[in-house]
Amino acid sequence: METTAWFAARQELPPNRRKLLAIGSFVLPILIWCLVSYVPFLWHPMVRISDPGAVDYFQADMLVDKAVFQAELETVQTQGGALPVGELSNPIYLPPPHKVAEAFYTGFTTPPASKDGLWLHQSLWQSIQVIFWGFLLSSLVAVPLGVLAGTYSAVSRLFEPFIEFFRYLPAPAFGALAVAVLGIYEGPKIAIIFIGTFFQQVLIISNTTRKLDYALLEAALTLGTSRLKLLRHVVIPGILPDLYRDQRILLGWAWTYLIVAELIGTSSGITWFITQQARYEHFENVYAAILMIGIIGLGTDLVLAWLGKRLFPWDKPANKQ
Amino acid sequence: MDNTTHDYLSQSDAVKARFDKLKQREVILEVKGLNKVYKSAQGETTALSNVSFKTHRREFVCVIGPSGCGKSTLIRILAGLESYSGGQVLLDGKPVTGPGRDRGMVFQGYTLFPWLTVRKNVMFGLEMNGMSSEEARREADLWLELVGLERFASAYPHQLSGGMKQRVAIARALVNQPRILLMDEPFGALDAQTRCKMQAHLLDIWRNVDVTILFITHDLDEAILLADRILVLKANPGEVQELIEVPVPRPRSVDQLFTPEFIATKARLEALIHPPASIASDEVETVKPHMIRFTNVADNVE
Repeated sequence: METTAWFAARQELPPNRRKLLAIGSFVLPILIWCLVSYVPFLWHPMVRISDPGAVDYFQADMLVDKAVFQAELETVQTQGGALPVGELSNPIYLPPPHKVAEAFYTGFTTPPASKDGLWLHQSLWQSIQVIFWGFLLSSLVAVPLGVLAGTYSAVSRLFEPFIEFFRYLPAPAFGALAVAVLGIYEGPKIAIIFIGTFFQQVLIISNTTRKLDYALLEAALTLGTSRLKLLRHVVIPGILPDLYRDQRILLGWAWTYLIVAELIGTSSGITWFITQQARYEHFENVYAAILMIGIIGLGTDLVLAWLGKRLFPWDKPANKQ
Repeated sequence: MDNTTHDYLSQSDAVKARFDKLKQREVILEVKGLNKVYKSAQGETTALSNVSFKTHRREFVCVIGPSGCGKSTLIRILAGLESYSGGQVLLDGKPVTGPGRDRGMVFQGYTLFPWLTVRKNVMFGLEMNGMSSEEARREADLWLELVGLERFASAYPHQLSGGMKQRVAIARALVNQPRILLMDEPFGALDAQTRCKMQAHLLDIWRNVDVTILFITHDLDEAILLADRILVLKANPGEVQELIEVPVPRPRSVDQLFTPEFIATKARLEALIHPPASIASDEVETVKPHMIRFTNVADNVE
């Protein structure tokens, strides 16, 4: 057949279709958002008052329920007086796309509300640092431990049962404890990222290590490799591409703990920015900040994927993509 | 002598003289009363029972037997990858205690290190044993040339065909200059044509290199084509049935497939491995399906 069908089980699509669908996966949600925001009859449950008329508690720019507006309008109509005027609108928590796009830019140009506040880019940088240190510290311990546990049964039997138990304890539950031990600034936040990532990391990496074809170790042994050298010369290079893939997934995991972590102690980073903006009802800023986390996350992952292809030229699955 | 009555035991003078010379060479590998018992929850299973044989320097021995005869267990014990329950395995008179570079191994599955280039794969054993990388590289290139893959030295294993991968595996094992090369059905996963080429290639290598080869296969033709002697094992428990001296003269080629010696040897192997009496009680017989006709009676294909 010349072309593959759109729905052939486990068959890859031609590149142009893949690209089309990848763009579509982003365009589609944005399109739905646009429709809900700009087409009045789709949702728009509120009315934005432009002229309060004779209704005493209405004010210009005020948002009221469609039903309330209708009731007041009817009251004024029967009792006489200036009719209130307004247009259909969405609730304040759903800003239209163009407002959020605008906030994307103005977020960086608006100075902080208070004197000791932080600019948006400073908040973001704070968050990235927390992620970086949390993930780095976790990896420094978990990667060697995972590889050892995957290689030597004794290490696995000693550590894995406890880790298996500990990973069910929700990381945020340690928030108060972390503050008591590590103070209110960066310490407890990094600790939460660490707790959230570390235990999964050990288990995932030990599992990856175990998946290395044992025949490779046997081949190395018959070539005169000593048991001590196996780890460095066979196990580690053998699992490296998979280990790298695991780390990419786990880094995404670390981001999911960021918001909880930053609420612990003194609120900081992008979470501080989001809660501040939500308090002032600047929801377009809130959306912009959330989107920035997504863009940073996806961006890092794409860069790492690209780097992985160059680092591991022998790795077939990565090169096939 | 006509084909039908040729005896696999009768050897031409040249073949006989060759065997006499071969047996005067030093013994490389000696297996004495080897036993292997697996212990499991269901009890004990004897994989190998009282296996004994000797191989001489530069001899080519094939091990053949029905599935479950323990031929893979045997070669893994020889390589030091598995323990044994009783008996002795002596290499140059010294007992085998674990894997070592004096016994090279080529596996059925492809076991090249995927993260290393072809050249680095061949260099691996040398470097693990302390050779400088420059010297190892020179050695490796020499052996790559022997297997005809010098042009692929910088390729990664996943870029090679199955036959090429096994050639690299052979070079990787031989570069260590082992006393014996153990090959566990190395061509089992290859297509018929490639396998043929690899057999001829292996004989070429063996002719030019001072190495003793122990080769496991389930292909009778392959065993006769390659071996000086064939060790025939039987299953449950794995025991030596016969050690056959192959009467087919050397140099060998596929053209000898229909010579009387070849046919006689093959007939003997067939009789040993698939004895006519045991077929009736064989598992294959009990699962023989009852054929229901799904086509029109008149619609015959034969």
